[in-house]
Amino acid sequence: MMEILETLGIGLIDALLWVLMLGVGLLPDTLAEPFSYSFMQRALLTAILVGAICGLLSCFVVLKRWSLLGDAISHAVLPGVAIAYLLGWPFFIGAFIAGALTSVGIGALERHTRLKADAAMGLMFTAAFALGVVIIGKIATNTHLMHILFGNVLGVQYPALLLTLFSGLLALLAVWAFYRPLLLYTFDPMQAQALGFNTGLIHYGLILLLTLTIVASLETVGIILVVAMLITPGATAHLLTERLTTMMMLSVAVGVTASVVGLYLSFRLDVASGGAIVLVAAALFLITLLLAPRHGLLARWWRAKRLKIIDEKKFINQDS
Amino acid sequence: MRKPDVVLRLTPKPMAVEVKHLSAAYDGQPVLEDVDVALPTGKWTAIIGPNGAGKSTLFRILLGVMKPLRGEVTVHGEDPARQRRLGHIAYMAQQEAVEWDFPISVQDTVLTGRFGHMRGDPWWRQMLSPRWAEPHHWKVVHRCLEAVNMQDFAHRPIGALSGGQKKRVLLARALAQEARLLLLDEPLAGVDTASERLILDLLARQRAAGCTVVMVTHDMDSARRYADQVLLINRTIVGMGAPDNMLVDEMLARTAVAGWRPVARRDPPLEAFP
Repeated sequence: MMEILETLGIGLIDALLWVLMLGVGLLPDTLAEPFSYSFMQRALLTAILVGAICGLLSCFVVLKRWSLLGDAISHAVLPGVAIAYLLGWPFFIGAFIAGALTSVGIGALERHTRLKADAAMGLMFTAAFALGVVIIGKIATNTHLMHILFGNVLGVQYPALLLTLFSGLLALLAVWAFYRPLLLYTFDPMQAQALGFNTGLIHYGLILLLTLTIVASLETVGIILVVAMLITPGATAHLLTERLTTMMMLSVAVGVTASVVGLYLSFRLDVASGGAIVLVAAALFLITLLLAPRHGLLARWWRAKRLKIIDEKKFINQDS
Repeated sequence: MRKPDVVLRLTPKPMAVEVKHLSAAYDGQPVLEDVDVALPTGKWTAIIGPNGAGKSTLFRILLGVMKPLRGEVTVHGEDPARQRRLGHIAYMAQQEAVEWDFPISVQDTVLTGRFGHMRGDPWWRQMLSPRWAEPHHWKVVHRCLEAVNMQDFAHRPIGALSGGQKKRVLLARALAQEARLLLLDEPLAGVDTASERLILDLLARQRAAGCTVVMVTHDMDSARRYADQVLLINRTIVGMGAPDNMLVDEMLARTAVAGWRPVARRDPPLEAFP
């Protein structure tokens, strides 16, 4: 049974790779050249998938003001991954348990002590992260730890790619099927409650999705930088639109663009892939921040200046 | 054997909200202590009390956001959770409770009031974007937008509205739910006179149509003119009755609001969009 699934999965990935290469084949040779290596092809597919899922989820992270929570969960996932490795479980289960425990712990600290949310989060995730570092130090090599922390998309193999593909499909399906409860909960939790939606279920569902995304991105950008991919695309898209669906599409586009361009640059310049991807995302944000039509700095400056000119004109008219 | 219908007619109509021996606390600080209240169906009740008197807490308990320490709460004679799922309880939030930066248009905001009822739509409809919801949902949305005179702003992002307009959108969203019980948390705070008139007249029409209206307010003037009854509250119930009997100096003093005068009218805020 498992073998059939695995063969099917590998077949699916090969099909996707083939389609992807058709697209790459249209590019000029200088751009397409790195992708003649099969490890680069796998890396490209992974980067696109991760950029898309992170982009989708980052809308909710940004709108729900969960940036710090995303950071906390991504760090807290480390001991879960380590313990799952020890017990021979799939990564994802350990990661989810660790992520959920941390978010419950943060909530409990916040409610039952004088601590505010930021202190509760900082405390929980650093403790969990430290535990993870200690465990991994005992059971694996330093390179292994570095790969989990910072990702290594150039070394992606079929099992990891399969996991990413599966997580991505699941996240997409979940956001599609539960779009209304998710929208309502992100926008106005009290309203969701008044309409009889189970907000506890939505809350932990969203955390589950977040953990899923983080695990899916482990291999590409790693635990530490994944939070950048969970914030930057959404933040960029938020500056550009006043519609949630448009924001999701833009955010996915930013995530995918950053991943692909970052991957290419990392190959050309021989730098770390995770870092390159995040830097490209940050550059996209910076450009948007300057040039966005309504919320951009230039637009704001222009509006302020025009107002001033109008004011001055009025002033002069009053004088004469 | 079938029971005769007469029996059903003789059973008393359940209260819209019934609260027995209710106590609630935040961090061990009591906010409500042994509160007993019954709000009749189809009436307009104004809840008045100082800040921190437990007015909003009562709403939070009805909405299930907060659990009471002790006591029983029923809505229309049933568990509030069941009534919420049936869509019978609508809530109009305070303006600060809503994320106005959210990328959503005015009409899509009002449509979220229908999300509860959309659970009854065919499954394939629920898989589509809310924009392609059943036409009758959109009919309600447009009707509610017209009722609050916001139809011209339907496609505006909510962040670009003025204070009074935001209040009217929140009211339209609550109305779109077509609930039997309307809970309103300070619907008149910070609105200009025109919006205030519009909101109060609209609520009066809802009441006339058989809706139960419960509003927390600091505005005694409109409570006196519009509400059927006033509930004075400060941790415990100070009194409930006709506005003319409740909104007198002696009762207000007992509500520990001595020195309270009907709130002085402020100048209406400037509308961002004429």
